[in-house]
Amino acid sequence: MSDITSQSLFELTSNIKEKKLSSEEITKAFIDRAEKSKKLNVYVTDNFEKAIDQSNKFDSNPNFDLKLPGIPIAVKDLFCTNGVRTTAGSKILNNFVPTYESTVTQNLWSQGAILLGKLNCDEFAMGSSNETSFFGNVQNPVGENLVPGGSSGGSSAAVAANLTPVTIGTDTGGSIRQPASFTGTVGLKPTYGSCSRYGIVAFASSLDQAGPMTKNVRDCSMLLEVISSFDQKDSTSIDYKRNNYSKELSKDIKGKKIGIPKEYRVDNMPEEIEQLWKNGISYAKDCGAEIIDISLPHTNYALPTYYIVAPAEASSNLARYDGVKYGFRSPGQNLIEMYEKTRSEGFGDEVKRRIMIGTYVLSSGYYDAYYLKAQKVRQLIKKDFDDVFSKVDAILTPSTPSSAFKIGEKTNDPVSMYLNDIFTVPINLAGLPGISIPAGKDKNNYPLGLQVIGKPFDEQNILNISYALEDKINFKNDISDWWLSE
Amino acid sequence: MSKNSEFLIERENKQYEVIIGLEVHAQVTSESKLFSQSSTKFGAEPNTQVSLVDAAFPGMLPVINEFCIEQAIKTGIGLKAKINKKSVFDRKNYFYADLPQGYQISQYKYPIVGEGKVILDMPNGQKEIGIERLHLEQDAGKSIHDIDPNNTLVDLNRSGVALMEIVSKPDLRSPDEVNVYIKKLRSIMRYLGTCDGNMQEGSLRADVNVSVRLKGETEFGTRCEIKNVNSIKFMQMAIISEANRQIDLLEEGKEIDQETRLFDTKRNETRSMRSKEDAHDYRYFPDPDLLPLEISQELIEKIKSDIPELPDEKKKRFIDKFNLSPYEATILVSDIETSNFFEEVIKNSDVKLATNWITGELFAVLNEKNLEISQSPVSAKNLSKLINLIKDGTISGKIAKTVFEQMIDGDQDPLIIVKEKGLKQESDPKAIEELINKVIENNSDKVAEYKSGKDKLFGFFVGQAMKESKGKGNPQLINKILKEKLNG
Repeated sequence: MSDITSQSLFELTSNIKEKKLSSEEITKAFIDRAEKSKKLNVYVTDNFEKAIDQSNKFDSNPNFDLKLPGIPIAVKDLFCTNGVRTTAGSKILNNFVPTYESTVTQNLWSQGAILLGKLNCDEFAMGSSNETSFFGNVQNPVGENLVPGGSSGGSSAAVAANLTPVTIGTDTGGSIRQPASFTGTVGLKPTYGSCSRYGIVAFASSLDQAGPMTKNVRDCSMLLEVISSFDQKDSTSIDYKRNNYSKELSKDIKGKKIGIPKEYRVDNMPEEIEQLWKNGISYAKDCGAEIIDISLPHTNYALPTYYIVAPAEASSNLARYDGVKYGFRSPGQNLIEMYEKTRSEGFGDEVKRRIMIGTYVLSSGYYDAYYLKAQKVRQLIKKDFDDVFSKVDAILTPSTPSSAFKIGEKTNDPVSMYLNDIFTVPINLAGLPGISIPAGKDKNNYPLGLQVIGKPFDEQNILNISYALEDKINFKNDISDWWLSE
Repeated sequence: MSKNSEFLIERENKQYEVIIGLEVHAQVTSESKLFSQSSTKFGAEPNTQVSLVDAAFPGMLPVINEFCIEQAIKTGIGLKAKINKKSVFDRKNYFYADLPQGYQISQYKYPIVGEGKVILDMPNGQKEIGIERLHLEQDAGKSIHDIDPNNTLVDLNRSGVALMEIVSKPDLRSPDEVNVYIKKLRSIMRYLGTCDGNMQEGSLRADVNVSVRLKGETEFGTRCEIKNVNSIKFMQMAIISEANRQIDLLEEGKEIDQETRLFDTKRNETRSMRSKEDAHDYRYFPDPDLLPLEISQELIEKIKSDIPELPDEKKKRFIDKFNLSPYEATILVSDIETSNFFEEVIKNSDVKLATNWITGELFAVLNEKNLEISQSPVSAKNLSKLINLIKDGTISGKIAKTVFEQMIDGDQDPLIIVKEKGLKQESDPKAIEELINKVIENNSDKVAEYKSGKDKLFGFFVGQAMKESKGKGNPQLINKILKEKLNG
């Protein structure tokens, strides 16, 4: 048996069901490794003591019918966890301990999983490098001083560094897929409405979606199966029959039509990305898929549209952090002064930038020109996808326009930071499912990902295509454990 | 229709007309709040009826309370308004300590109910007031400034309670019309059970828009909005005071600034709250946590079929079926409790007498004791018994008043009172004849005067006969027999 922490979710659940490993052994192994991995700064809050208690509890009365029997899992610190501090990576929620559980994490615990701790992320999920977190940078295990992507950077780093078997992140414009791509892991953003948003600290309500982040596609299907559910507590949750994704996972994608959108060949795209994409196409062909050139004419407008819609919603969603009810408060002589001080000191620069953009685009006199127009363009982007999905079953693109960059490299250039999301935001705007799988490496040996985009509620199809490609690509993420301390 | 009750303010040979529009905020009668399951019960300990959604905890999401939607539709139907099959909830963004989300969920561009109307019964005829729209929104919490000298306290019990904002067209022209309009609106909603209309508990409040213009002008003047006035009396005072303020400005050749004002009830004057330039930019946008609200024709039909008879229809029925005067009918239908009481009484008794007794004696007692009809000291059952005693001649109207006075004390059965006190009317012609004979015997001089032409004396004989019967003689019978005896 290989080292516990390097095992996949599939292996761990098999070993636990076959009683080759106990929940306690597994939990302790991940905790031991975490103790030696502080340099990566993946944890904002750990739950190690309680996790060991819970693993003992599981072992003394195990239920092997559950889908995550006694499996310890760390989650992004955007999910509210009952009794465990939830910060959203922000000073303003530094002291916030929810008395409730998000539906998605509840789904994990209901299937036997155990909370290991809360993973670092960009503040309120606003960022592409985990550098906006109040709790500091996360190191990408792929290489020292590399960003792990964002906003689910603690999550991607934790999976890549074997600090959690799997994790869940949230994806508003690419926050699961881009960090997955940067760390050589798998990340899936489900169809909008698949996973409940109840109990997830909101960034942009019409775009936010939770999803699995894993070592491989099979684990991804196993985890999606657990977290995806209809929830009456979320009015945008959609009631449809969800698949038994892991059971129906298949590499047989013969005859599947895969679209290649010409608009994703952007200027200055590195040769390596171009090559990665070509390789992906030829693997798909090898698997018997049919490749079809398609056009998504409004792709160019996706990024500006996103950077109007998302900040607009965020500016309103974040109004509740005012120092009155919970979280950080900086006292003032009067209400206005208290607001100003609390929000000035409690929010970081990127969050403030987006609140200002959002406030601006919703202001009277600018609403029509920005917000309303962006909503119209969003419909056109969605229509682009609707149109091509009458011809193809899925779409294949690169996940990101580059590999992981150095910490600090883009912090002074927000626009170049935003450009990271260029291939991922259209999928959020259209509410579609998208998955990033590791597909190759660049000249520095940093991972690169390919994205498979599906029709609404067709997660099974993109999982199957990814499963088939994964097999052909045979990616190895040789990470050297450079950060480990004794 | 559309006759204005002339309300004009005079200044040196000039007559100004006052234009009024109301935005009424009516609390929806519902066990739970618009987007959460917390209770809406009035008067609970502060912050005991607050869910995580109401307090806007991170990750909490609004879920629409279908019952409130049905209540709004019902009210829309009661206002003869168009029900919009698709409406949208928007966020109205502003910061305040008692607004936990930092925005109020309301309806801006696409309200649930469109144009409708309300008919007012004014002394000089009926007048139609147009309804612009009705939309649903959340109430805010309550800031309490007078408990702690250094802090403002916040009570979130009210936060998230469903309100219907009913916006009238600028069709109102006088404080009297405002009075009748609010009462009519309240009456309709109480008939429907969609708002209890309790102004003391804040279930009904209004923003009052006032502008003035010279009589005969057709253009509207610049309006001011007086915020959050919570009684009809204050609305009327605020309108008069604000109209006079505006007229004074115009008379001085000054302009009226469009602004939001507050009414100071102690000083009986309005004062500026914020000018148009300082108006909040609420940054309305559709709430992405809620899907557009779609209402099926079936639901509208289902609600329509459950709509009870409303005041206007009931009034018509009372006039047509019971031959009541429009005035009587208006009074009896003005409140659902009154009309229910009336209908209960007339189930087993005479309509005309019931009308008189309810609008007369009963209302007088209620007024005197400051009671609602639902708290009436005399039940409909016992009142109808009393009326039957009058109708069948058991007691006279006069005796009935004595009986009624006793009934008030603990809703006593009039039959028992009459029996115990021996108040039963004497209706035996023989007995009456006997006592009349006695009166004639004892007053032979007056009989002679009467017979010689002094007709007026007839009343005297009636009085004497009544006295002889100790007030229990049947007046009709006394009249009849007296006439026979004296004229025969």
